[in-house]
Amino acid sequence: MSESGAAEPEEEAGRRIASEARERVRFEEEALGFADQVYRVARRMVGTREEAEELVQDTYARAFRSWQSFTPGTNMRAWLLRILTNLNTDRGRKIQRTPDSQPLEEGDYYLANRLAAAEGEQALDQDRVVERLSQGGVVDALAALPHDFRDVVVLVDLGEFSYADAAQILDIPIGTVMSRLHRGRRILKQNLAEETLS
Amino acid sequence: MTLDDADCEKCEELLQGYLDRDLTAEEVAVAERHLGACDYCRRRYRFEAELRRYIRVSASERMPAGLMAKLAELRSTAEGV
Repeated sequence: MSESGAAEPEEEAGRRIASEARERVRFEEEALGFADQVYRVARRMVGTREEAEELVQDTYARAFRSWQSFTPGTNMRAWLLRILTNLNTDRGRKIQRTPDSQPLEEGDYYLANRLAAAEGEQALDQDRVVERLSQGGVVDALAALPHDFRDVVVLVDLGEFSYADAAQILDIPIGTVMSRLHRGRRILKQNLAEETLS
Repeated sequence: MTLDDADCEKCEELLQGYLDRDLTAEEVAVAERHLGACDYCRRRYRFEAELRRYIRVSASERMPAGLMAKLAELRSTAEGV
């Protein structure tokens, strides 16, 4: 009340700008804290390390520009991945359509059955039996998934996102997430059986 | 398969939902009752759980050195705004 009428708005404006700047710095720091996790997901959504690096950089450039559209208190990692998957789609991946007909799908026991057939049922009891599959084979099998399936498998099984988060990130219904995830995992196991056990 | 094939088939269907903790209480009970009696399915559930962990570890690649610095350069504060 006692302050002069002219100085107050200016001071207020100054405080507002300073507080916004602090908020922005906080936002940027929090976002950068997720960089490694964002990269790990990105790396499996695209073919090469260079593409993944570029995609992550584009993601952060956009995130830093549109930081005000992030709602504080919500899942920032999911928000960043949403930007990333949008950018990835914009890069023309739409051309790479999922084929309408998928190979005949085997059941969920397929890979274990193939291992058991090759090495005996008891082999499944051994610790580290999964390590008979090469790590490179796992990466290749994942890369060979049609991208609609791969995106969901990568988000849920690598990124450890919930079905709901994956649905939001990819902008698809949760039921679609579940069916793509289930089918994607089955196809992945088929790929693994063909690539690493044959 | 050691028990009724139909039970093993049902158990196979429940595998992903079981590991995702996305089954109803009744479905969990069906799966666990069967798993308690069937080595064939129990081995395959264990294999699947290990496979998931192995896939995560195998496919997870650390951010390349240098990327963090490039990202930090994109910050508004880095531009002197």
